[in-house]
Amino acid sequence: MKGVFWLVALRQFGKNVVKERWAYFFIFPHFALYALFFLVPVIVSMVLSLLDYQWWGVEFVGLANYTKAFADPIFWKSVVNTAYYTLGFVPLWLGKALVISALISPFRKQIQTFFKAAFYLPHVTSAVILSMIWLWIYNPPFGLLNYILAIFGVDAVAWLGNTATAMPAIILMQVVMGGGSSIVLLSAAMNGIPAHLYEAAELDGAGPMQTYLRITLPLLKPTLLYLVITGTINSFQVFTNIYLMTQGGPQFSTTTMVYMIYDSAFKQFQFGPASAMAMVLFVITAAFAIVQFRWLGEDVEY
Amino acid sequence: MFVDGKKTRPGHFVILLLLLGTALISLLPLYWMVITALQQPTLAVTFPPEWFPSNPTLVNFQRFFNRPDVLRWTTNSLFVSLAITGAQVLTCAMAGYAFAKKRFPGSNVVFYMYIASMMIPGQVTLVPLFLIMSKLNFQDSYWGLILPGIAGPFGVFLMKQFLSTLPTSLIEAATIDGCGELQIFRRIVLPLSKPGLAVLGIFTFMGQWNEFLWPLIITNSSKMRTLPVGLALLQEELPMQYGLLMAAATYAAIPMIIIFIMFQKYFLKGITVGALKG
Repeated sequence: MKGVFWLVALRQFGKNVVKERWAYFFIFPHFALYALFFLVPVIVSMVLSLLDYQWWGVEFVGLANYTKAFADPIFWKSVVNTAYYTLGFVPLWLGKALVISALISPFRKQIQTFFKAAFYLPHVTSAVILSMIWLWIYNPPFGLLNYILAIFGVDAVAWLGNTATAMPAIILMQVVMGGGSSIVLLSAAMNGIPAHLYEAAELDGAGPMQTYLRITLPLLKPTLLYLVITGTINSFQVFTNIYLMTQGGPQFSTTTMVYMIYDSAFKQFQFGPASAMAMVLFVITAAFAIVQFRWLGEDVEY
Repeated sequence: MFVDGKKTRPGHFVILLLLLGTALISLLPLYWMVITALQQPTLAVTFPPEWFPSNPTLVNFQRFFNRPDVLRWTTNSLFVSLAITGAQVLTCAMAGYAFAKKRFPGSNVVFYMYIASMMIPGQVTLVPLFLIMSKLNFQDSYWGLILPGIAGPFGVFLMKQFLSTLPTSLIEAATIDGCGELQIFRRIVLPLSKPGLAVLGIFTFMGQWNEFLWPLIITNSSKMRTLPVGLALLQEELPMQYGLLMAAATYAAIPMIIIFIMFQKYFLKGITVGALKG
């Protein structure tokens, strides 16, 4: 009986496939590329992390690449540095976006658009260009930052050459240049808040600060959570600025996880260990992604 | 004057000035880049720095263009970005249409796979992609630069989101009128999804024009470098030539800045399309 049931179900499935053949036709071009150059590499990466992959041969080594990574103090340093960067960057970046989106909200639409565009502008240039500019700004004898600080009597600092200041300097640069897209998102969300809520608050005699904290902020929660989590995930992947500005130094004080993966894969050609580290990054990112789905589940439509 | 439907209060002027100040700080580095580029090469490292060049010159740009392969990097960047953008827009519109308007066996599974993929950091695919490209002999070639750029899942998600808002009745009406599937796609779906395609196209182009890590890995001859990679190597080679470096940075930044100013509306709208709905 059961066999017959499966046979009927299979036939029905086949019929549906034939009936909707055009859907497969439309999906095929992208799916083929996606499978070949995205899905397969993700799976291969998992396999590679279990291999000792050298040009002269391949050997299965089990979890040796993982134990090697976990025993490497520089790998732990890169995890700590990535967390340091994330914890430094995300609150400052989001704080900047929150303050600016709140400040522009009472103005006319044209003025809002002007500021959104002004704050977004640095985003359209590449991280390479921004890194080059900030290398020049941070230059110890002649850079703009030391020049401005000298006016206030501060001695010149080698911002990127110092283990204590290198990471803060990179965070500062990202905060000054960043925030554009989060400002746009937050102010779109703020414009979506029904006006009658504000009118009611005004009638009840609430001041602007109270109105912001009691009405605006709670209603921005979905957008804020989205920004925190995407901002965090992006911070986990910081690379270009590090590559151009510090090469992970001085003394590994700016070696982030992705820089470490790049270095071991394409400078030392340690493909197995690099894949193991990439898997660790994957797991950490996935954990945050799951948190995102849990917390945002009801608010986000897919 | 500044505030909708209300009188401008003095407080508003203070806020406006504060905002202008902050915006200026975040634009100052870009201004500094242009100023340094226009400075006499010797003046670029002179104290105190000049806020307005008294003697602007294009010498730094000239020196930059005299370097080998600069135009080649530019055409590489342009060709690769345009090829990826064109292929992305077409393939993602097709796939997005199928996911938005057709129910077929496997549609949910495949679409959830796409969504899950968006959470995977691109760096996970780096090493295997490099090995696959080497096996295919696509290292240091346009194929190697272009193919992985088309494969990303985000565009399909974006187009599905956009096309879900198209009225299905239009497609049904066309079917009743005897339109074939390809005709429906070409005559109805594509024209109606122009705003979505524009957003996807602009963001793909910008992302690819600025892409750094993958071109750095997959190319190794100077002839195949893209502009960002060429610039980064220039920075490594001549770290103290600030005038020259800032001229190079200005040259690479200007196309995107012009595109941004021209298509500002799409940029600002596009940011919200990809993120939250409702």
